[in-house]
Amino acid sequence: MNKNEKSATKKSTKRDSIKTPLRNIRIILALISILLITPLFLDFTGTWHSIFGWMAKIQFLPAILSLNVLVIIGLIILTLLFGRLYCSVICPLGILQDGFGWAGKKAKKNRYSYSKPLNILRYTFLGIMLIAIILGINSMVALLAPYSAYGRIASSLLKPIWIWGNNLLATWAEQRNSYAFYQVEYWQYGYGVLIVAGITLIVLAILAWRNGRTYCNTICPVGTVLGFFSRFALFRIVIDKSKCVDCKLCSRNCKASCIDIPNHNIDYSRCVSCFDCIGKCNKGALSYKYVGLKAANAHQANEKIDGSRRQFITSAAILGTSAALSAADKTFDGGLAVIEDKKKPNRKTRIAPPGAISLRNLNDHCTACQLCISACPNGVLRPMTDIENFMQPESSYENGYCRPECTRCSDVCPTGAIRPLDIAEKSSIQIGHAVWVKSNCVPITDDVECGNCARHCPTGAITMVEYKNGHMIPTVNTERCIGCGACENLCPARPFSAIYVEGHENHRII
Amino acid sequence: MNNNISRRGFLKRLGIGTSVASLTLAGCKNATKAVSASPDLKEGEMTYRTNPKTGEKVSILGYGCMRWPTKPVEGGAEGEEEIDQEMVNRLVDTALENGVNYFDTSPVYCQGKSEKATGIALSRHPRESYYIATKLSNFNPATQSREASIEMYKNSMKELQTDYIDYMLLHAVGGGGLETLNQRYFDNGILDFLMKEREAGRIKNLGFSYHGDIEVFDYLLSKHDEYKWDFVQIQLNYMDWKHTAEEEPLSTNANYLYQELAKREIPAVIMEPLLGGRLSKVPDHIANRLKQRNPEESVASWAFRFAGTHPDVLTVLSGMTYMEHLEDNIHTYSPLNPLTEEDLVFLQETADIMKQYPTVPCNDCKYCMPCPYGIDIPANLLHYNKCVNEDNIPTSKQSPKYAEARRAFLVGYDRSVPKLRQASHCIGCRKCVHHCPQEIDIPAELHRIDEYVEKLKQQII
Repeated sequence: MNKNEKSATKKSTKRDSIKTPLRNIRIILALISILLITPLFLDFTGTWHSIFGWMAKIQFLPAILSLNVLVIIGLIILTLLFGRLYCSVICPLGILQDGFGWAGKKAKKNRYSYSKPLNILRYTFLGIMLIAIILGINSMVALLAPYSAYGRIASSLLKPIWIWGNNLLATWAEQRNSYAFYQVEYWQYGYGVLIVAGITLIVLAILAWRNGRTYCNTICPVGTVLGFFSRFALFRIVIDKSKCVDCKLCSRNCKASCIDIPNHNIDYSRCVSCFDCIGKCNKGALSYKYVGLKAANAHQANEKIDGSRRQFITSAAILGTSAALSAADKTFDGGLAVIEDKKKPNRKTRIAPPGAISLRNLNDHCTACQLCISACPNGVLRPMTDIENFMQPESSYENGYCRPECTRCSDVCPTGAIRPLDIAEKSSIQIGHAVWVKSNCVPITDDVECGNCARHCPTGAITMVEYKNGHMIPTVNTERCIGCGACENLCPARPFSAIYVEGHENHRII
Repeated sequence: MNNNISRRGFLKRLGIGTSVASLTLAGCKNATKAVSASPDLKEGEMTYRTNPKTGEKVSILGYGCMRWPTKPVEGGAEGEEEIDQEMVNRLVDTALENGVNYFDTSPVYCQGKSEKATGIALSRHPRESYYIATKLSNFNPATQSREASIEMYKNSMKELQTDYIDYMLLHAVGGGGLETLNQRYFDNGILDFLMKEREAGRIKNLGFSYHGDIEVFDYLLSKHDEYKWDFVQIQLNYMDWKHTAEEEPLSTNANYLYQELAKREIPAVIMEPLLGGRLSKVPDHIANRLKQRNPEESVASWAFRFAGTHPDVLTVLSGMTYMEHLEDNIHTYSPLNPLTEEDLVFLQETADIMKQYPTVPCNDCKYCMPCPYGIDIPANLLHYNKCVNEDNIPTSKQSPKYAEARRAFLVGYDRSVPKLRQASHCIGCRKCVHHCPQEIDIPAELHRIDEYVEKLKQQII
């Protein structure tokens, strides 16, 4: 190579790079993708789900957990054709990392370099994931799954801001007597998820800022699985050795650290098809083209593992003590009685929302992405705090109850943990049954008429009958009770209701 | 007092029905005529009525002091309100300047703060320039002993910074029937005590205000020769003229009450001329109907003119929270332009039309509060009324603006009433029922509203 050509690497009077729209297309698709999927975690009206709910269902792990064969095959075919495009344009966590990486590159140009794959770590995490899925250790699945991690970040860090903005607009609308926006209550159901999401975000941001796709190529089990297929992709990025001047500009801009210039080799298992390198090469030595069924470069076979250059994390599950934070109740007027907050009763069996089929089904399929919890408009679903079911949803009725007209959680669940239902089906599923607590019941304790539970029971399962001293008390026909919690939520006894719902391990159809 | 739901407050925001808005418009258009927009007032003189006993001239507009403006307490808890004394002073000054000289308060108004605030504002003026009316409001059994009641009476004088009361009332007799009347004023000898105070000149006029059971009204009037009622306070407005008995089964129409008083030449003091604002917050089509007939006057002015048109009315009380209301009412009564025969027929027709729109007859007096289970009763009822008036009560999915009206009802409901204070939490303990001077079956109304909300939410209507 002569000097003329070397100087061209700096400022090109004679640039020879390949003009390709691929990178721009990838960026546009990625932006559209993340802008479509993020509102799923923010929108409390349900509108976005009805149009773009499928965005959650084409995510890889949810598709696996719901055995959505079409999506799985589709994604594998996509990868076999074009490489790990999934990681660049479909996975929201990948796109988020590209955002941090982009900012990192603004701070310092050409900051990446080639590194060898950390296969032992990759396979270890994949193994952990598989074992976790098989054994049903869902807290582990939930921690490793990229889509769930994104869901937690969006729902616990972004949603409060979103709701705050909405409430600002609602105040504004109220002043103008408009009904365009309405106030939404945000309640923080414990800090476990918030802490996990916060740590995930910080760690990812640092990793992506400094080294690009470290998480995707070391920890992410989806990345590892897709990596098996992307080695055989029909379209790949190839290096034209005759044009390459070994300047390493491509390698230093490869967020996957997968371009090995001394050997003119690309690790396709890690390449996420971002196309950044093509434009970076001044010599036009890189191109994305059909390579047919050639086997992946055998070079990767006997690589040594070098863990020194890469940082990796074992995401620590910080199991926040998550003291159930009772939302501070506002006092509105001197002339109003103070209302004590309800407390969660001690249920023998927890309650899973209708569509979950059973506690086991929920546990087996849920990736703890928080989509259902974000979507619940009634304040019923909240993440659990115990280790076994960490961050998975459960129902409880202190702030609201499972309203008969609502099937939001079952509409949005991408994994089949909560199966789709229509309104009629929903109100015939028994997720639990109501239990009366004599010592709290106000006709007995306060000597008043009540019957608020019976008045609000959507299935007519509660009848008021006469008890001692003419008090009317509720009796529950457990065969008709569906466990919706209307009685528990609207019971005037506080902090513990005089009627509460015990969950059923297996939901029944009545 | 919650500003959101107080009297004509919301209409003002809507821009319908307030005199100020309409007058401003009129003023702009007729600039050459120099019609003053916000009534500069004093364009005419206040109409006065003569008290047949004392010969004193009482302004036809009386100031009801149960709805004084409030402001948030500085450094207080959220939602904690106190009376805005500075504003009260300004309102009282404006009223006196424009000839209003009758101020009606009670020891229980504004959570017990009204007398004091009224006293502070009035004491800044010569005592002979105004008449004070207050009441012996011994509703609470704890205040029904002779000593406690006398204590209450003396305290009123102290709070009002005066040594005589111009108009003293037995407060809201009728509720609870004759039995309660006996407990409150006869068994403890309080009525005799008050009559002695009248003889001593510390009470200039003695009367009673009446709500509820007609038996009590008739009984007290039958004893007129003995007690010599100097005045009686009754609820009178163009809705009640014929229709009270339908809403309050024990009570009877205002025209009966008025005629009974007129027969005995007892002057009538009128309360609820606006039905707690329901005759200014009328359905849109009613507002249009009234505006069409008299485009330059406010919707409320019809109700005030109606009350004032009756010759034996001494004064018409209005609980004016806002300066705009005060100005509008002064404008209406300076001087009073009595309704013609045709006007009366027209108003009666209007009342009949309004009857078809089933608002709950809540006047937001808050006597029912606080509800032991935390429900904001008036806020629930007023939200429902507001939706009736704005035609946002969809009755079928086929209604042309079903979605819009449903949203307005439900979103507006959460805005007006916090979730925990909504009708769904009413257990029907009925503790509120006997407090309501309008005899509303509050639990039944709340359950009806709740059922309606439930249907709207589930979209089964």
